[in-house]
Amino acid sequence: MKILVLAEINNGELAEDQTSKTVSAAATLGKVDVLCASSQCSDASTKITKMENVENVLVLEDELFAQSLAESYSETLIDTINSYSHVFAPSSSFGKNVLPRIGGMLDVMVISDVSKVISEDTFERPVYAGNALQTVQSVDKVKLISVRTSNYSAVPLTGSANIKKIDCKSNNTLTTFIENKMQTSDRPELTSAKVVVSGGRGVGSKENFEIIEGLADKLGAAVGASRAAVDSGFAPNDWQVGQTGKVVAPDLYVAVGISGAIQHLAGMKDSKVIVAINKDEEAPIFQVADFGLVDDLFKAVPEIEKKV
Amino acid sequence: MKILVPVKRVLDYNVKARVKVDGSGIDLANVKMSMNPFDEIALEEAIRIKEKGNAEEIIAVSIGVQQNQETLRTALAMGADRAILVVAADDVHNDIEPLTVANILAAIALKEGPSLILCGKQAIDNDFNATAQMLSAKLKWSQATFASEIDVKKDMVRVTREVDGGLQTIDAKIPAVVSVDLRLNEPRYASLPNIMKAKRKPLEEISPADLGVEITQRLKIIKTKEPDSREAGLILENIDQLVEKIQENVGG
Ligand SMILES: Cc1cc2nc3c(=O)[nH]c(=O)nc-3n(C[C@H](O)[C@H](O)[C@H](O)COP(=O)(O)OP(=O)(O)OC[C@H]3O[C@@H](n4cnc5c(N)ncnc54)[C@H](O)[C@@H]3O)c2cc1C
Repeated sequence: MKILVLAEINNGELAEDQTSKTVSAAATLGKVDVLCASSQCSDASTKITKMENVENVLVLEDELFAQSLAESYSETLIDTINSYSHVFAPSSSFGKNVLPRIGGMLDVMVISDVSKVISEDTFERPVYAGNALQTVQSVDKVKLISVRTSNYSAVPLTGSANIKKIDCKSNNTLTTFIENKMQTSDRPELTSAKVVVSGGRGVGSKENFEIIEGLADKLGAAVGASRAAVDSGFAPNDWQVGQTGKVVAPDLYVAVGISGAIQHLAGMKDSKVIVAINKDEEAPIFQVADFGLVDDLFKAVPEIEKKV
Repeated sequence: MKILVPVKRVLDYNVKARVKVDGSGIDLANVKMSMNPFDEIALEEAIRIKEKGNAEEIIAVSIGVQQNQETLRTALAMGADRAILVVAADDVHNDIEPLTVANILAAIALKEGPSLILCGKQAIDNDFNATAQMLSAKLKWSQATFASEIDVKKDMVRVTREVDGGLQTIDAKIPAVVSVDLRLNEPRYASLPNIMKAKRKPLEEISPADLGVEITQRLKIIKTKEPDSREAGLILENIDQLVEKIQENVGG
């Protein structure tokens, strides 16, 4: 068994939480190597060397990887990747973009969104928006696994791995990067926050969403949203929680003006404590909430913000 | 140019999935099946590209059981020009893995020569999110996943992608495989006259063997179970009680 983790690095910046939790999942099988391919690797690779259970950090620094475009990444690294028996990546937009392409190249099926590593060939993953958990056994020569990171904790920073520079040559004539429009925020990251406050269609407008953001800031929380809120333009796309958005499992999830469709629950039902505020007592969100308040959000949320 | 759109027949998104008592999978007998919502969005986009005069023909492909015909008729009624059904299973419970689907679609693409393949980003049943990426690798074409905006130019397609931090725009050389996300468009409903017309549109039926593709299963399903369910909790009387609960659980 030889295990590789693909670190997620965006423009030189390590996605530390995602990468660390992926290392944690992979390390249930043994020591791991981590591949660090980006336009700037020094900060990221130094951080990774400290992660427990990491043996070697393979560093490949090249402008080609600045945006982790699928073609650049997979063409260049395929031989390195193919020398491992297990390859793990976070089930983030990076992992979901790159890992199945590698699978196509190697003729190997990808095992997406793994919630539990059971043994070296057996894994558990949610299907049907989390309405079922399936245990699958892979017969492929290489196991390609994307990890549902909300199911794992970050590894302690007690390690001291070796850095190994690797060298591969390639180019990408298929896709060209044009621009990024990234949300910047001082709030904690949605997928790693301890508290998340989310708003739904009930919030009504982009302006009203400030009520949600106000409560979030008071609690030091990240802000989330339902698909309906994002589709209506109340909130940016990267706030969406759910089957097709982000999966979160904070200590506390506060759902405001969200009905609780299965596709939304898929992204938050593993939260430790769920609080729901909805004016409709029949709303399905109350069936999963630990604590519910049947009230108008425009009255309740500002008052809660004042009192907490 | 031609656009190929794969469409999957899945359990309707409004129907709650039930695990079979023997734990072998989800019960799909006598339940409402529909076109995968993401594939509907892909097809809608193909139709809009054609309506703008940027494509001549839209081919819808479905892979699965005989009943997938219905899904293809819906695709034809929405606006696809012709359809290909690849009968790859005789039991609806046999899900065909994305890797095999990609092999089948690659063989069809080599025959049909589309400039663009528009896929849904994931099927809402197995939730793999893999077919487009695998297909793109098999064909050695450019790949643009999770599209929320598509602009077809002369020899490339400009795609805005929904990524974790926000939005990313890339140019993908044609021929390209693009997978689509929720916010790309809102699919139309097929009108009654178009449903009637769709009955006369060509629907070709083939087998994987006709394409020289073998159906494999790399992931053996050991068991399927329901997740631990959450109990409904307490409905609180007033805001002060809620404030107390929030304070107890922040930083706890
Ligand atoms: C393929 C597919 C994928 C999907 N993926 C996702 C996903 O990832 N994430 C997601 O969230 N959804 C997803 N959806 C959409 C999902 O099915 C629901 O449509 C969506 O979650 C509904 O959002 P909502 O609860 O905000 O809106 P609604 O269902 O409209 O609920 C609004 C709620 O607000 C309450 N409300 C209104 N006014 C007030 C007020 N003044 N005070 C208090 N409460 C009020 C109402 O009682 C209601 O319960 C997906 C759907 C499909 C088909």
